[in-house]
Amino acid sequence: MKATKAEPPKAETLAIRSGDDVVRVRQRVRALAVEIGLGLVDQTKIVTAASELARNTLDYGGGGHVHAEIVQAGTRRGLRLTFEDQGPGIADIDQAMTDHYTSGGGLGLGLGGAKRLSNEFHIASTPGAGTRVTIARWK
Amino acid sequence: MTRIDGAEVLKRTLADDEAAILDAWTLSLREGTSLQSGRIREAELQTQARAVYRQLRDAFAAGGLDADAEGFAQLRDTLADISRSRAIQGFTPTDTANFVYSLKPPVFEALEKAHATDAATLAAGTRAASRVLDRLGLHTMEVFLASREEVIGRQGQEIAELSTPVVRLWDGILALPLIGTLDSARTGVVMENLLQAIVDEEAEIAIIDITGVPTVDTLVAQHLLKTVAAARLMGADCIVSGIRPQIAQTMVHLGVELNVVSKATLADAFAVALRRTGRKVVRQQASIEGRG
Repeated sequence: MKATKAEPPKAETLAIRSGDDVVRVRQRVRALAVEIGLGLVDQTKIVTAASELARNTLDYGGGGHVHAEIVQAGTRRGLRLTFEDQGPGIADIDQAMTDHYTSGGGLGLGLGGAKRLSNEFHIASTPGAGTRVTIARWK
Repeated sequence: MTRIDGAEVLKRTLADDEAAILDAWTLSLREGTSLQSGRIREAELQTQARAVYRQLRDAFAAGGLDADAEGFAQLRDTLADISRSRAIQGFTPTDTANFVYSLKPPVFEALEKAHATDAATLAAGTRAASRVLDRLGLHTMEVFLASREEVIGRQGQEIAELSTPVVRLWDGILALPLIGTLDSARTGVVMENLLQAIVDEEAEIAIIDITGVPTVDTLVAQHLLKTVAAARLMGADCIVSGIRPQIAQTMVHLGVELNVVSKATLADAFAVALRRTGRKVVRQQASIEGRG
């Protein structure tokens, strides 16, 4: 059942092509998190997770985009972010999700950390075709 | 049918009707907004218009319609100078572009007057004028934007330098208040400033305050850890302060371990630093009792 006066769910797509775009993604995600009334801790969590995934999209996926949407389930509202790139993909997802494993020069905590910071986490990757990561944080 | 050389037609009109075109052009420049805003004097505007017109005529005399060619080099330089100075003076893009584009109507009019009966010649001349002036107008805009970007880039650098000061709190105690996003470039500046200050001040303790860093993700954490490790190699201990509750929770979920002494506020960190260097802050009992 849908609430009668529910406004149309908001959605937007942001490109991730440079380091500046990562900052922009953080700012937009924070604005959306505030809009659905997430508390300060939850805001910080989803913004940090978005920052990790946006940087992965840029550094490992060679750039891509994020689709951000406000979702509604009954009376609960949430923020769902889908990061997509057409990069080399991830051959071994389990290994990539392991803490402290990195194929680059980072700490190797980004993917696992993003999962722990979100309520929902889904990753799909095809080597040679790209990677798609979806996270959501509910109020 | 013989092909009419538009460049020839335009060249002749520019030479024959110089006075009329220049008058009309300066009139329309004067009516434009650039003069009313008071950023440029009328005399200066006229001098610029005359110089550009003369060089445009010379460029045509050298032949060709290609505004990117060698013959137009001098004119392009003059326009670039004008455009650059306007970008710095804060003119709008429209004002700047209009300097060249407002030459079009007077030229068209002069062409029309000279070739009212000969449609083919008129069309060729108009086409030529359009092509050259459009290209020159675009060139003006390109220089204008490049100059603006230069200004923005310089401001960015200034901000990067301003926002990473190292302050001396006490003998041997430094503080580094970080504000804003900590990307790789800024971390480089921060680390260099801090390490140099450690040498200059013979510091034992450096307090890195991250109250002003909105998001601490793994990259920021990694940069912090590198800075701390480098400071340690220089013989200074680091304390990280200004970790807000929500940042602390997020860092735990991320799985980042800072492995460094950290305090909630800069004041707490300063107290720890004083204690470590064998100092203590005490209330002045005597004077309070004395006032009694």
